[in-house]
Amino acid sequence: MEDSDSVAVARVKSGDGEAYRGLVDRHSRSVFRLAFRMTGNESDAEDVVQETFMRAYKQLHRWEARSSFSTWLYRIAANYSLDLVRRRKRHAEVGLEESRGNGEDATDVIRALPSTAPGPERLMISGHVQEKVAATLKELSQQERTAFVLRHFEGQSIEEISGALGLSSNAAKHSIFRAVQKLRRALEPLVGEAS
Amino acid sequence: MKHLNEEQLVLYYYGEEAEGRRSTGELSQGVEQHLGACEECRAAYHTLQRVLNSVDSFPVPERAEDYETRVWKSIEGHIGKKRTFSRWFSWRPLALAVAMAAMLVVAFYAGRTVRKPGAGVETADAGQVRERVLLVAVGDHLERSQMVLVELANASTARNGGKLDISYETRTAEDLLEANRLYRQTASSAGDVGTAALLEDLERVLIEIAHSPAAVSTKQLEELRAQIEDRGILFKVKVFGSQLEQRESAPVKGQTTL
Repeated sequence: MEDSDSVAVARVKSGDGEAYRGLVDRHSRSVFRLAFRMTGNESDAEDVVQETFMRAYKQLHRWEARSSFSTWLYRIAANYSLDLVRRRKRHAEVGLEESRGNGEDATDVIRALPSTAPGPERLMISGHVQEKVAATLKELSQQERTAFVLRHFEGQSIEEISGALGLSSNAAKHSIFRAVQKLRRALEPLVGEAS
Repeated sequence: MKHLNEEQLVLYYYGEEAEGRRSTGELSQGVEQHLGACEECRAAYHTLQRVLNSVDSFPVPERAEDYETRVWKSIEGHIGKKRTFSRWFSWRPLALAVAMAAMLVVAFYAGRTVRKPGAGVETADAGQVRERVLLVAVGDHLERSQMVLVELANASTARNGGKLDISYETRTAEDLLEANRLYRQTASSAGDVGTAALLEDLERVLIEIAHSPAAVSTKQLEELRAQIEDRGILFKVKVFGSQLEQRESAPVKGQTTL
């Protein structure tokens, strides 16, 4: 995979714009998954995918063939997701943009979640474990969520995460710890019962 | 027997060493040996495993079969058309700054002409609108600037024959510079000394970046990085960004500065 990524990048750099399509084909779904986990919103995730590939194209000269292309791409996607979520939050607070997700975006899992904890009988249903996971991820700070998503879902090392987020290794590590602690507090009663 | 702490268990779960590198096996062996001998830690680890495994159930909506084609169609117009693409990117920060400045002017005059003195609450509302609009704009601007600074702070010439192409950063810095001037002047006019001072510091660094050559040597990159570090601008921007977030989420009453 990485070999074919390198070949595709080399072709793009030599002027073959069509070769970029191979990279889009190979990575757009995984970038979407990362973006959705980061933003919790389907249409935002779509925006992130589009913007990530455009930014990556523009900065292709910065990618070093010794590193993984997908890791580099995820770094761009993670940073843009972070940027987007912060802006959404800020704009929503001042009312500069219309409220999103008022029933139009049925797949907006996180925003559709109830804010109160479900009762014990509902917790027995496995779907509610998913809901609880989504709700807890929503409660994480953006830094915690980003660091956790990159570590847990994308398998990036703490070093890679610290580089991607411009943090020290220690700060990246503690963001992950805090995220795990919050998830543990929220999910332990459920998974304990399920086991 | 000294038990394993939560951090050790989390690092073990993810195959990381304590100092943040991937496990080479030595640490894993130590933890494994302990888990084999200690029932309490084993139970704690199994609970952690169950919790973290359950996180994998977080659902992600499936994409249509032609998703990749749709993504490609949405971007292919920009691929291979570098000049158009560059322009598309470059007008945005300045346009945003101009738009925000225009909104501030509108909000300012709305406050002065529509809501006359005497309607105290309404005048305060107009002030708050101005303040919030500027908060949003400066927050966005700082985030964009931060991305450029982080890129340069982490950049290396090691694998590029001692040279690094930073043309993207220099162009972005040029765009940000124009927006920065607008925001700094607006902050000064609003009497927000702290924001104006930060933007002034940022402006100096952005000027350095914008005036750098498109390809820099190791020495030039080091000098640029030293500029960023000496001024502590990245740290200041991060701290200020966090403060802005707090101020944005705080109740609007009683705020008199940006």
